[in-house]
Amino acid sequence: MNNDKIESIKKELNGIFKNIKDEIELENIKNEYLGKNGKITSLSQLIREIPNEEKKNFGMQINELKNIFNEEYNNLKNKLEEMKILAKLNEEAIDVTLPSTKIPSGAAHPIERIIESLESLLMSMGYDVVEGPEIEKDLYNFELLNLPKGHPARDAQDTFYIKGEEYLLRSQTSPVQVREMLAHEGHEPIRIICPGKTYRRDEDDATHSHEFTQMEGLLIDKNITLGDLKGTFESIAKMLFGNTRETRFRPSFYPFTEPSVEMDISCFNCHGKGCNICKGTGWITVGGAGMVNPIVLKNCGYDPKEWNGFAFGFGLERLAMLKYGINDIRVFYINHDMRTLEQFDRREY
Amino acid sequence: MALSLNWVNDYIDIKKEDKKALADKITKAGINVEKVTSFNIENLVIGEIVACEMHPDSDHLHVCKVDIKSDILNIVCGASNVRVGLKVIVALPGAILPGNFEIKKSKIRGVESNGMLCALFELGLEEKTEETYQKGICELPSDAPLGENALEYLGYDDTIYELDLNPNRTDCNNHLPFAYEIGAVLGKKVVEPDISFKESNDDINKEVTLKVETENVSMYNLMVAKDVTIKESPNFIKRRLEVAGVRSINNVVDISNYVMLEYGQPLHFFDKDSVGNEIVVRMAHDKETIVTLDKEERVLTKDDIVITDGKKSLCVAGVMGGLNSGITDNTKNILIESAIFNPYNIRYTSLRLGLRSEASLRLEKPLSYEYTEKAIKRACHLLEKYADAKIVKGIVTYDKTDKKTKNISVTLKEINSILGMTLTDEEVINILQNLGFTYHKEQEEYHVEIPLRRQDIYEQKEDLIEEIGRLHGYDNIKPTLPIVETKKGVYKENIHLRKMISKRMRSLGFNEVRTYTLVSEEEITKFNYDNKEFIKLLRPMLKEKAYVRQNIVNSLFDIYNYNINKKIKDILIYEISNVYGLENEDYQEDTKLSFLLSGKYIINTWNNNNLEIDFYLLKGIVENLLNYLGLENRYTFKLSSNVPKEIHPKINSEIIIDNKNIGYFGKLHPNISKNDVYVCEISLTKLFNCKTSDVKYKELNKFPTIQKDLAFIVDNNIDSMEIYNEIKRAGGKLLTNIVIFDVYKGDKIDKNKKSIAYNLTFEDYNRTLTEEEVMVKFKDIINSVEKKFNAILRDK
Repeated sequence: MNNDKIESIKKELNGIFKNIKDEIELENIKNEYLGKNGKITSLSQLIREIPNEEKKNFGMQINELKNIFNEEYNNLKNKLEEMKILAKLNEEAIDVTLPSTKIPSGAAHPIERIIESLESLLMSMGYDVVEGPEIEKDLYNFELLNLPKGHPARDAQDTFYIKGEEYLLRSQTSPVQVREMLAHEGHEPIRIICPGKTYRRDEDDATHSHEFTQMEGLLIDKNITLGDLKGTFESIAKMLFGNTRETRFRPSFYPFTEPSVEMDISCFNCHGKGCNICKGTGWITVGGAGMVNPIVLKNCGYDPKEWNGFAFGFGLERLAMLKYGINDIRVFYINHDMRTLEQFDRREY
Repeated sequence: MALSLNWVNDYIDIKKEDKKALADKITKAGINVEKVTSFNIENLVIGEIVACEMHPDSDHLHVCKVDIKSDILNIVCGASNVRVGLKVIVALPGAILPGNFEIKKSKIRGVESNGMLCALFELGLEEKTEETYQKGICELPSDAPLGENALEYLGYDDTIYELDLNPNRTDCNNHLPFAYEIGAVLGKKVVEPDISFKESNDDINKEVTLKVETENVSMYNLMVAKDVTIKESPNFIKRRLEVAGVRSINNVVDISNYVMLEYGQPLHFFDKDSVGNEIVVRMAHDKETIVTLDKEERVLTKDDIVITDGKKSLCVAGVMGGLNSGITDNTKNILIESAIFNPYNIRYTSLRLGLRSEASLRLEKPLSYEYTEKAIKRACHLLEKYADAKIVKGIVTYDKTDKKTKNISVTLKEINSILGMTLTDEEVINILQNLGFTYHKEQEEYHVEIPLRRQDIYEQKEDLIEEIGRLHGYDNIKPTLPIVETKKGVYKENIHLRKMISKRMRSLGFNEVRTYTLVSEEEITKFNYDNKEFIKLLRPMLKEKAYVRQNIVNSLFDIYNYNINKKIKDILIYEISNVYGLENEDYQEDTKLSFLLSGKYIINTWNNNNLEIDFYLLKGIVENLLNYLGLENRYTFKLSSNVPKEIHPKINSEIIIDNKNIGYFGKLHPNISKNDVYVCEISLTKLFNCKTSDVKYKELNKFPTIQKDLAFIVDNNIDSMEIYNEIKRAGGKLLTNIVIFDVYKGDKIDKNKKSIAYNLTFEDYNRTLTEEEVMVKFKDIINSVEKKFNAILRDK
């Protein structure tokens, strides 16, 4: 008889969970069978009335019932919870195609980008980075560089004087080289680059600026050749403008170097065929250089019989204009539109 | 400067050279040919009109018979000046005139025409104007040779090189030195101009005496040419001067210019009869005046050299002649000057008077006395030939030039070791010969004598090595890298620190800008913080760029305004630059970091998740930067009245590190901007003086912390920092963190009061604190703050 009860509950249990839709119904069912007076719970009370030898078996059957119930119950409960989470996730859905919240950009100025590229290459080649004052003495900017007062070559760089023609806004970064040579008093090799602001009496237009940036390099050591300068220039040209660039030297004149050269790179735009950028020549001049004039070495305390070396210089605006395709030098200094600046918020290639 | 290759061809045979290829070769050797213009039209010959009749079917056309030596052609011509006997330029069938206009046999109103008689403008040799049109066809001189090439006869079959020279080789603007340069490149001999002439029996010493009373003259030569005929110059001189951009005046004046363009030695011609028998060269007196050829009165200074006749000034030496002694149409006798002055004086005078001429430009450079002497003789040769002059025997000379020759000794090894090339002895010898340098070789050493014409070469090895290198060709240099000690370069002094600050500013979302150092008088006074004396340029180019700026903030504000005008409102910019001020007569450099921010820091365009920039964000950025630099707990901020007048007096702070002001930050004064704009200026020079140390790892506390909250109601005018300091003092070392979590002003409390709520953290790194001991401290804090600030603990 008691077994019939078990069998009938077993039958009842079959399919009982099928129509349950939510946790409340589930808990109600649980209560109906396993609650204090639940159908299965009340079976346990019968155990007292059962003969001892059957008790064990009956108990096992009740436990089996409980297990059947619990398994079904747990399965369903998990399923309902999953559904609940899924529903919640669905509720949380957003339109991921809406625009982002903008984090501020933080771009380096194009000139600073060029400076940093050159620095990282040349520092790896052993050049220290040195700077000097922009208000400079005529002595360092001109005289010790073989440009005595009244020298016609001073014309090429008409200068902003400040006081009594003794102090000026430096027209080149070369005075930093002079200071460095004087500081080493003629008995140590020198390998430096000196980036910095320079000033000349030019009227501002698309290709001229009264303020501009130079980076000069100076190497003083022993048995240095023009070939060493060319190799160094080649490394720089390839780093800045790509590994397929060719380089050439053309004879030039600077009072502080002898021999002096102009440094050209093959045009990166037309690859030598001739275009607007290289004015049809296939070559672009990017800087000036030469072997340090023994007069300058002597002026700065180095014995030309023992020491020699080379110096080179680049106009950094020009390099930046070529590298980034900027066609007006004023872009570097005025009318900084935020949209222009932000274009440079990208890694250097 | 443009040079005529026809002219150069007088000194070196380059007739057969490809002019474009030659230009490339010369350019490679360092004489930069910027532009090559060749002019040539085939099938233009000289003809003579032998018959001329009216066209039967026209009232202005003529039918001419033109003798071109090989033939007589029937040509119809519309010009008004056609007439029998006229020598003309005939374009034969096949000639292609400018505008791609080809001459063909044709019939004009039924009459056969086998060519065209040309005006110069039709050949592109003159501009087409009303005047040149009225002139009609070109009338050639009666002795023009029939059947010959007309352009060649006129000197128009020329190639013009425009040069862009390095400042040391401006000698190549002159035809003879340029011929030498071509000679060096091609390995050809140069033939110098004819300087011969007949001398009359007069004695020059009776004509003129010379006194030189200044050391600023190193050579002064005078010769006399008599009985000149002033007339038009021959065609070739006119044409050649025209190419060089010099206007033809008359044969005599043209000759002085012609000789200058040959040798590079300017000459001056005086009208001998307007000048006495004495020439005195001296420095001008201060405020001495002279009326120059252009009829202007010039006031001189004691640095100008003048040529006088002992009484009156005749000429500002090397710069411009006086009106009283110039060549006129009536000039008969000429006094010729060929001199070398101190280049500095010439440069100074010509710049000061604004008279920079072809002559003064040449006299500003070192000149060779060899050419000074040859040029005066060449002028005599040409005056005799083209102005019928009789040259008085002898020359009056003052000569203090250094006659020592320049000699350079160099070995092949030295040449190759500096150039990084592998030249052979044969190649070196070949180059020296092409240059026209005399040399002898002793053992390994070349002893080379530098000719006088090469004033640019300084007496040192490197100068000669450059000559050899450039002519051998720099394309022969093999690129190598210097053999030097291997090391890694470093940033000297504080450059590295500055770069790190720059990078930090970018990480914080600021864009780097660069603005001009030079500013106007009005701009220099704005955002003035340092109160150093302003630095003004001696001779500014523009009023807007007359001062060296002392701060960057004003320039950043310009950028702000530029963007606002373009409706761009979210702005974060910084600049690091050197600014300058004068203190105790000393130009003081200060590296400044300035930044400006306005609008939103974090932006969302469609919901309200923006972070608006305010004073506290600015303060956070300053703190972030200072902490990054290792200055945590070293700085204090203080509202100040020392900030620039453009800054809000109540929303600002000075930055104080180790008791020194290093800058300020704050909001712009509402007078300056209606929008909320925030700026900061920090002296990095001062900041770099603050020594800092590397990170030292600190283990976090393993023992539990105890947190307590409390709020005080205090008077509005009490700064939170004061209360903070008091809490900190009273809390002692167990109190490790104080966080303000609420500031309240409003209905719930007194109008003049504010409530500040704090979250306090107590901890000990060695043990677990007890509630009791914390409460003791907590009560101490409450008592101290209440007492000190008359504060009330809120919600007691």
